[in-house]
Amino acid sequence: MSTYIDEKPTQNLEAFKGVKKIPNEEYYTSGHRTCQACYSAEIMRLMAKAAGPRTVVLGSTGCMYVANTSYYTTPWGVPWMHTQLFSSGSGAVGVAAAYKALMRKGKMKDEPINVIAFCGDGGGMDAGLGGISSAMLHAEYNLLILMYDNETYANTDIQVSGGTPWGAHTSFSTPGSVKRIMHRCWKKNMAGLIIAGHPTVKYVSTISTSFALQAMNNIRKALTIGGPTFIHCLNPCPKGWDFDPIMSYELGELAVNSGIWPLYEVEEGKLKLFGKTKMLADGKAVRTPVKEYLLKQGRFSHFTNDDVDYFQSKIDDMWNKWLIPGVIPIQKEVDASE
Amino acid sequence: MAVMAHTPVEQESEALITGSEAMAVACKLADVDVVTAFPIRPYDTVMQFMSQLIANGEMDCEFIPADGEHSQFEIVKHASACGARVFVGSSGVGWMYAMEALTVTPALRIPMVAIVGNRALDDPGAFGTEHNDALSVRDLGWNLVWVDSAQEAFDTALIAYRFAEDRRIFTPCAISLDGAFLTHSQALVKIPTQAQVNKFLPRYNRADLLFHPDNVISVAPQCNEDWVMEVRMQNYAVTERARDVLREVYAEFESVFGRKYGNPFFEEYMTEDADVVLLGMGTLSMPLKVAIRQMRAAGKKVGFVRLRWFRPFPTEELAKCLGRFKAVGVIDRDYSLGSPYLSGVVATEVRTALYPGSGPKPPVLGFICGLGGREVTLPDIEKMTEITFAAAQGKSQPLTQWIGVRK
Repeated sequence: MSTYIDEKPTQNLEAFKGVKKIPNEEYYTSGHRTCQACYSAEIMRLMAKAAGPRTVVLGSTGCMYVANTSYYTTPWGVPWMHTQLFSSGSGAVGVAAAYKALMRKGKMKDEPINVIAFCGDGGGMDAGLGGISSAMLHAEYNLLILMYDNETYANTDIQVSGGTPWGAHTSFSTPGSVKRIMHRCWKKNMAGLIIAGHPTVKYVSTISTSFALQAMNNIRKALTIGGPTFIHCLNPCPKGWDFDPIMSYELGELAVNSGIWPLYEVEEGKLKLFGKTKMLADGKAVRTPVKEYLLKQGRFSHFTNDDVDYFQSKIDDMWNKWLIPGVIPIQKEVDASE
Repeated sequence: MAVMAHTPVEQESEALITGSEAMAVACKLADVDVVTAFPIRPYDTVMQFMSQLIANGEMDCEFIPADGEHSQFEIVKHASACGARVFVGSSGVGWMYAMEALTVTPALRIPMVAIVGNRALDDPGAFGTEHNDALSVRDLGWNLVWVDSAQEAFDTALIAYRFAEDRRIFTPCAISLDGAFLTHSQALVKIPTQAQVNKFLPRYNRADLLFHPDNVISVAPQCNEDWVMEVRMQNYAVTERARDVLREVYAEFESVFGRKYGNPFFEEYMTEDADVVLLGMGTLSMPLKVAIRQMRAAGKKVGFVRLRWFRPFPTEELAKCLGRFKAVGVIDRDYSLGSPYLSGVVATEVRTALYPGSGPKPPVLGFICGLGGREVTLPDIEKMTEITFAAAQGKSQPLTQWIGVRK
């Protein structure tokens, strides 16, 4: 046993070399009861497909538990277990620790097993944060926390979470006759928080269901690299965001193009921006005004022009002032001699 | 921290160790796979001993300091679902912080063994013993046992694994050790050999409920009113058979280790010809047994019943036992505010156990005493005995009295 980090081998899951190379086998199939064009359910399908059969999945409370896994109609083709709302981190550690101990002691066949725990933005960014943060310190366990982010507690009744954007209309932040903006917190920068706070984590990525191949390949990369890894996925939610289901894909794309949702990975400490995000950073593309993203969603329909301008200014800050644009919200030091 | 006794496992031995150390040694012999720790006094000494055993290569298991009790109990819950033998524990408000995890563990049919180093709940802060922490899960399917010596803590840990991991049970077991009085007190403990323990304790086998890629199951889906009663009924069925399984396990323990506990559920002390008895749990037995010997010498026919297993509750056995006496004084090291007659938890349960039966129903007095680790003194015990004798003679007594409180 190493004195430093006692690593266990992982499965070698190579990237799918194109949409046509993705296998037909599904491990998340019919049986769930999610809404039409639910992109949170879609990432479940992509995640299970990317991970393959030697995988177990823990699902913390949220829509992807309640709407997803009804007794006698489970959609899961790999072992799945409900875990408590704030337990994605601790649940993943428990499973990874058990497998490791049992395999080391000869009580279970020694093989790499993918351990994935998913949580919603509420379960992950709010009280579950401590457990996830703790899981990210356990370099000797192979586990992936995948946080699907539909920006509210979407299963209960669309309530504010740590992932809800500024000003959004939720059932805990309904615009009123006196207070138009009831939710005045900016969305938590979760992937950046994991990166900055857990320097031994070998892989963190943001993904979007609208960029499915990239999402699947990043999941495969996280599982292959091993240790504790974290992926944050933005998932447009027709019910919670109040839009026609036909627009799920388009909104996911607009989130990236407007710069509100940068796609990137940090692998062994090295940042890599993807696709349109990279083009925006390199000045090869211009950010779509965030107004186009906001006003396609009912949850922002109460916004005045000033509100839109405020929102846009915060996005501009992400790109113009942050030390690493879109990733780490530390501003560059102003040189006094200038 | 005390120096860990290095206990040879090839031959039976004896070691001077605390209740906490005894639990750690039992876990080592039980070949526990995953342990999670979080600091809170007084239970946490067991985790300090455990980490030392692992560091010294005496034990091979994953030892995980968690970020809080909720995570601590969730980690072992998931590990047990994967077939790992697990150990965990807490005290006082730490145990309460884990409450959500404590709730789902028996509901999910997850066996585990936990130590509760009984401690007063906040506020005000107090390190000393009070039983409200462990008792808070009494309705949820946890098996609850109170022990009063390091030897009994050791033995009960092995018994608890065998019992909890029996497929007919498959629910968790919490072993209560009174904070400080037992967690931190040393006594001689007989340590059996590894071969004896292996003979008594088979491997934990999760079988068709194993969470593993070879066994594609969905665990704990959403079922709502369609099925929730049928699922709850399965947990109820566990409690119906728990007493019989426990008797089997104790009989097996006696045959392998040769130590006899007789009735697994409660211990009787000088009760044969007693007119009245006092009843309590845990290390109350220490001052009680001394006081009873003294009172016996003065001609008072008083005995003591130490309730060991609170869940499953030995309803019939206890009703039959207590029916022999003219009055019963129950000493609660806990409170149950607003309960019937404002008594403590144990007194309320004892009355319930006696009520529907056809046997004699002696008056049951409730005493609340020794909270927060306050010493239960010999004068306290004499006073409770006098009150119980008065009730036996038909003199009306308040049904709940606080003993040893300054005016």
